[in-house]
Amino acid sequence: MSYSDKIKNVIDGSDVALFMKGTPSFVMCGNSGRALEALRRAGAPVTAVDILPDPEIRQDLSAISGWPTIPQVFVKGELVGGADIVEELEQSGELEAKLREKLGDGYAAARSEETVSLA
Amino acid sequence: MSTQPLRELLERAFPDATELDVLDRTGGGDHFQVVVTAPSLGGLSLVEQHRRVYEALATPLADGTIHELRIKTKGSA
Repeated sequence: MSYSDKIKNVIDGSDVALFMKGTPSFVMCGNSGRALEALRRAGAPVTAVDILPDPEIRQDLSAISGWPTIPQVFVKGELVGGADIVEELEQSGELEAKLREKLGDGYAAARSEETVSLA
Repeated sequence: MSTQPLRELLERAFPDATELDVLDRTGGGDHFQVVVTAPSLGGLSLVEQHRRVYEALATPLADGTIHELRIKTKGSA
């Protein structure tokens, strides 16, 4: 399977997908860390993908999303934004509202964090 | 790169901007924060607003001049 197909599977198949530099346990970039922390504060179930193992992952991801930078956060297949937007939405309470709307009221109870490797 | 070329690109893309700021966050000329408030961004989602900024700065983003970009946008006057 190509990276594009794997990326699309993660985007479409995850409640919350976070494409980041590094992993939640070993964050390799401040902005990826900012997005991860905002998602954690909102109690989001995160499926994280490290884009660093192969430059093609990032190229294919940006081609799919039309978003040039990392991190990228998707909720139920929809691009929510990068670190700045996710932080802003978390601070205003809109991130929680969106998660509740898309995942249901009890989403935070199922809180989980998993890392998917594409390479 | 100084902030001036970035500011000019943004001014061209957002001629109606009521607030437009470019900060060099580290002094190293490659980590920038931009702030844009413009009526033309009104009614757009944050994703669409940030896309407009990315489009305006596509060249310095693609050639690596901008290593990191933080964006703050508002759609009101």
